[in-house]
Amino acid sequence: MLLKLNNISKSFGPVTALEDVSLELNDNECLGLLGDNGAGKSTLLKVLSGVYKADSGTTYMNDKEVDFTDPLLAREAGIEMIYQDLALADELQADANIFLGREQKNNSFGIFKTLDKKKMQDEATKVLATLGSELDSSRVVNVMSGGERQLVAVARALQFNPTILLMDEPTAALSAEKASHLNNLIISLKKKNLGIILVSHRFSDIFAVCDRIVVLNGGKIADEFLVTEGSFEELSTRVLKIMAGH
Amino acid sequence: MKTLLDKINDTVREIGPGLILIFVIEIVFFSLTSEYFFGWGNFKNIFRASTIIGIMALGQTIVIISGGFDLSVGAVSAATGMAAAWMLQQGYGFITAVMTAIIIGGIIGVGNGAITGYGRINPLITTLGMMSIVRGLGFIISGGYDIAISNKTFLRMGSGQVFNIPYVAIILVFLFVAVGITIPKFSFGRYMYAIGSNERACVLAGVRVNRWKLVFYGTCGALAGLAGAITSARVGVGAPQINMGVELGVITAVILGGTALTGGKGRIVGTFLGLFIVSTMSNGLVMLSVPTFYKYVATGSLLLIAVFYDEWRRSHFAKR
Repeated sequence: MLLKLNNISKSFGPVTALEDVSLELNDNECLGLLGDNGAGKSTLLKVLSGVYKADSGTTYMNDKEVDFTDPLLAREAGIEMIYQDLALADELQADANIFLGREQKNNSFGIFKTLDKKKMQDEATKVLATLGSELDSSRVVNVMSGGERQLVAVARALQFNPTILLMDEPTAALSAEKASHLNNLIISLKKKNLGIILVSHRFSDIFAVCDRIVVLNGGKIADEFLVTEGSFEELSTRVLKIMAGH
Repeated sequence: MKTLLDKINDTVREIGPGLILIFVIEIVFFSLTSEYFFGWGNFKNIFRASTIIGIMALGQTIVIISGGFDLSVGAVSAATGMAAAWMLQQGYGFITAVMTAIIIGGIIGVGNGAITGYGRINPLITTLGMMSIVRGLGFIISGGYDIAISNKTFLRMGSGQVFNIPYVAIILVFLFVAVGITIPKFSFGRYMYAIGSNERACVLAGVRVNRWKLVFYGTCGALAGLAGAITSARVGVGAPQINMGVELGVITAVILGGTALTGGKGRIVGTFLGLFIVSTMSNGLVMLSVPTFYKYVATGSLLLIAVFYDEWRRSHFAKR
């Protein structure tokens, strides 16, 4: 098993965002997280990516207990996250964003390590090409379209061969066409021995790419099922009922 | 990879061709209106006047690009100039005095960075407070008296020259070239732009943002410390009131040079040009015998024009 969460809880002052959440993620699996606003979906991803520290509970990766107190530790362990707002430094080039925090260096300046820009640009171009893009990695992000920015965020997540990919509303800012392209990309990523957790408000996206769905309500797991358990309409109705409090 | 020509084009585009034009117009205007303006003798004066503001502007550029702001540079330069003067009075040598000024400036800068980063206090408030504290302590510790300097080597740094080029001009150009060349090559420069562009993205990417703020503010403080030592060398004393209000010229040079107040954008070469626009204007007005107070009006107007220009340019590029 790739990832296992046992009784994860997280509160912000008097507000309980997560309460005893336990779930598992397998290799080559895409797990969808559904729930209303404030259900705890994004908080759960941020706990997994080291942005927030859980108040209680344990996390296992490949049967080994882990405790990420920092996003860098989570990234080093192979967990990458694509944020809803993409979290890109707009004034930097695509390659600089892809390698942000993990720059490649060489010793061309005596004893001081300098940035290896050529290597980073080449590798960024390569990873963008694997996503089917011919995007110029030396372009500054703030002149890119929404779809191109999305690609840069995805490329950054994939550059260091993650084992777990967390995606928070990745299609929120995309057109239907671009969202469909991203969904196809997620399906292809599953084949690369990745475990994916996907948060989205678009039921159609979730049902199109995920194998299993967990429904969160009020910070607790309210339901869990395989997408093969019923038709899209039946399962959507099941989720909507939970969200409506029935 | 970009060629040198591409890089020059990028730089000219980013700092704006208008800035180069303003500088040329200034030179032509003052050359035509004052017979004393155009000549190496006067250009040396401009260089000498530019050095102190320029060194502080270099540090300020680093801090503003990284999304911060430092209002304490003038006060820091006064305090560190006094520290250098005191060290010389105690019998220490030139190098020790200059290093003391740089280290004290660096420590104050790191303090600014710690309060801004770890304390999450707005940099304007942090450095405004630090400006008042440091300036006040300078007056308290010195009792308001100047500390005279008699070390000839130290004084030569402020007024001496080699091959008819002032030492301070060499120091200024060396610092700008050194920082300008090294910034794109190291993580220091990469994170300076990245943190100024999107601090949250850097945190999420695992960049130690608060540690880098210590480095940026520390560098700015250290450069203000060096500027303080040079000021003392030029005027021959360490005094608590020196460089009062110098922040206006420093910030004008930085913003005029194309550094965005919102962070993430700016060029060292732009600050260099902005610095000389401010200094040339100031010098030209003196050459035309315009009363000193008009200089403040002109510098303030330049700052406002620079901010309007910065705002216009950002909205212009955002529309494209």
